[in-house]
Amino acid sequence: MKENKFLIKGGHVVTPEGIKDCGVLVENGKISALAANIEPEGARVINAEGMYVSPGLVDIHCHLREPGYEEKEDIASGTAAAARGGFTSICCMANTNPVNDNAVVTEFIKKKAAMAGPVHVYPIAAITKGLEGEELTEAGELSESGAVGLSDDGRCVKNAQIMRLALCYAKRFGIRIISHPEDMDLVNGGLMNEGYWSTVLGMPGITRAAEESMIARDCLLAEIENTGVHIAHVSTAGGAEIIRAAKKRGVAVTCETTPHYIYATDEWVKTYDTFTKVNPPLRTENDRHAIIEALLDGTIDCIATDHAPHHTDDKNVEYAIAANGISGFETAFAICWTVLVKGGLMTPEELFAKMTSEAANILNLDAGVIGEGRTADIAIISPDEKWTVNPSKFASRGHNSPFGGHELTGVVKCAIAGGEIAHGGDWACG
Amino acid sequence: MLRAKDLLGLRETSAEEIHEILNTAELMKVVITSNNKKTPHLQGRSIITVFYENSTRTRMSFELACKYMSGTASNISASTSSVSKGETLIDTARTLDVMGTDVMIMRHPMTGAPHLMARNVKAAVINAGDGINEHPTQGLLDMYTMKERFGGVKGLRVAIVGDARHSRVARSNIYGLTKMGASVVVAGPPTLLPPDLDMLGIDVTDRVDDAVRGADVVMGLRIQLERQKKGLFPTVREYHKYFGLTEDRIAMARPHALVMHPGPVNRGVEISSEVMASPESKIDEQVTNGVAVRMALLFMLTRQKPETGGIHI
Repeated sequence: MKENKFLIKGGHVVTPEGIKDCGVLVENGKISALAANIEPEGARVINAEGMYVSPGLVDIHCHLREPGYEEKEDIASGTAAAARGGFTSICCMANTNPVNDNAVVTEFIKKKAAMAGPVHVYPIAAITKGLEGEELTEAGELSESGAVGLSDDGRCVKNAQIMRLALCYAKRFGIRIISHPEDMDLVNGGLMNEGYWSTVLGMPGITRAAEESMIARDCLLAEIENTGVHIAHVSTAGGAEIIRAAKKRGVAVTCETTPHYIYATDEWVKTYDTFTKVNPPLRTENDRHAIIEALLDGTIDCIATDHAPHHTDDKNVEYAIAANGISGFETAFAICWTVLVKGGLMTPEELFAKMTSEAANILNLDAGVIGEGRTADIAIISPDEKWTVNPSKFASRGHNSPFGGHELTGVVKCAIAGGEIAHGGDWACG
Repeated sequence: MLRAKDLLGLRETSAEEIHEILNTAELMKVVITSNNKKTPHLQGRSIITVFYENSTRTRMSFELACKYMSGTASNISASTSSVSKGETLIDTARTLDVMGTDVMIMRHPMTGAPHLMARNVKAAVINAGDGINEHPTQGLLDMYTMKERFGGVKGLRVAIVGDARHSRVARSNIYGLTKMGASVVVAGPPTLLPPDLDMLGIDVTDRVDDAVRGADVVMGLRIQLERQKKGLFPTVREYHKYFGLTEDRIAMARPHALVMHPGPVNRGVEISSEVMASPESKIDEQVTNGVAVRMALLFMLTRQKPETGGIHI
């Protein structure tokens, strides 16, 4: 729906100054007014009575699979899924085919995204050519053509010297390096978290040290280069503790976790359901609590989805050869809302910040804030509505979710990006 | 009666079910040791062994068990099937299923593969070893061998020695023996012991002497010699010295304690030839009992399948 003027009325509006009960007037793609009693002429009215009117959610870590893996997802289906999940700004990782390691691919992604719809897509380019961990990509030109970060996500930059040089060089262009911390020697063919459940299930385990040792390495390298680094998908208690200590020393490290580390544990693997296979692996209940604790004390800056859609054929095989990843856009918000807010651990403002402004700040995105004059990126959320996850109904091409059948609370009724309704048009107009 | 359609592991098999399998196996052993190895229990039934890994004894044991009971036994191997052409496990399984197979017996190098197969076929699936997870019929035949010697498994002290981290035999024995009331101790080099093993209700030690001392049963596990190259132990020689079953060590067990090994054996590595040749060694008996246990299982899994309209024997 294209409307150049509409009013969102009656909701609890999430602003940097706190939650305000007021109207939000959107005109020509921008928020033109935030006030209690707006009665504009000729504006369509969206009734958000009893709902939260949040900045559109910001995801700094997802996989859109295009170019190259369109059977798993493409930019059109991925952005549609994002909008359904309330996300209006998303950053897609570079492990496409060809790899996003040059300005041509970055520009292609941006162009396809602009054609696909209103959701803002920000490409993250590779740190090294072909994700091979050997030669640096052209950070300057990538940054200029619209890449908002650099990451070999899916693969760790194994050579510490290359990682150090990447951090050093990227600083000149103000583009942040995102570390995928995983020591493959320590992973040693493991398939799930190493511990009680891997022993019970007879599965090769992955020691937490595989993740933690690389987090420690990259914190040290950033410290030595006096630059920042962002750590992707933190999943262990020890990893969070290393980052906590680094922050205390003044290292400009930021990090994210994902909804699945907040909600699921390695016990879920017990039926050998390949939808539970994700990298890093689902950890223990103790880790889950520590990750939530780290979110609460600010050690973990934001929540990202690591939306990793796959085709049925990639998952309907032996656990050992199944692809890693969870299709996460359409459950991310409700999982966090159910566990963290409904669970009494966080206030709504705190969670919205972790999924909007704090995420945007890490990569300097102009997103995640509702305010006069800002781009009209908005999510309208029904806070008490319960729903049951049905992955076969996802807008994403990837139906790989271990949350099928789970009852969650919190429904994204509508997502508006750049003043255009990206999801929930029927609801908004009805 | 077995509750489930399949036998995927002893982790999900109850003590009552194990009892019944072992009791049925006693009858089957009479058949094997008689001069007329033919019963009608599997008449009109078709089993197929689907092996993605090499095996001599397990595969032959299942096929003979089937033939002794007048069933039709067929086999495919990963190397001879369309697996090498890139067919998925599920497609292979469905193809075999619709050929009228009643029981599929699967060995696979990946944990959980038989579980995946079982979810996709009407036939009963028996796990003949999946990855480093379970080898339930080996666990059953080991318990049968102990029961035959001691009259039961309850109260026995069983020492399992060797590469417990990668051993599906160890895992199935641990689940079975603990359910049946035996006390289990696992010993091996610390690099070959998985984390939190003690949480399965057993004792764990890296001193083989401590495990063997006072044991009623000492079970050696096969060590894959390639593990040495991966750094899991320094040399075969040192492995044998500290973690092998030698005559001196076996002497610490209870008098006339059983010595067992699932085979195939690396002589002079996990177990010495002298120990293998000793009267306490039940390694050959284990193989015979394997056929009996598999006959019992095939019979029980094909006896009643109302959902597929099977015939009651």
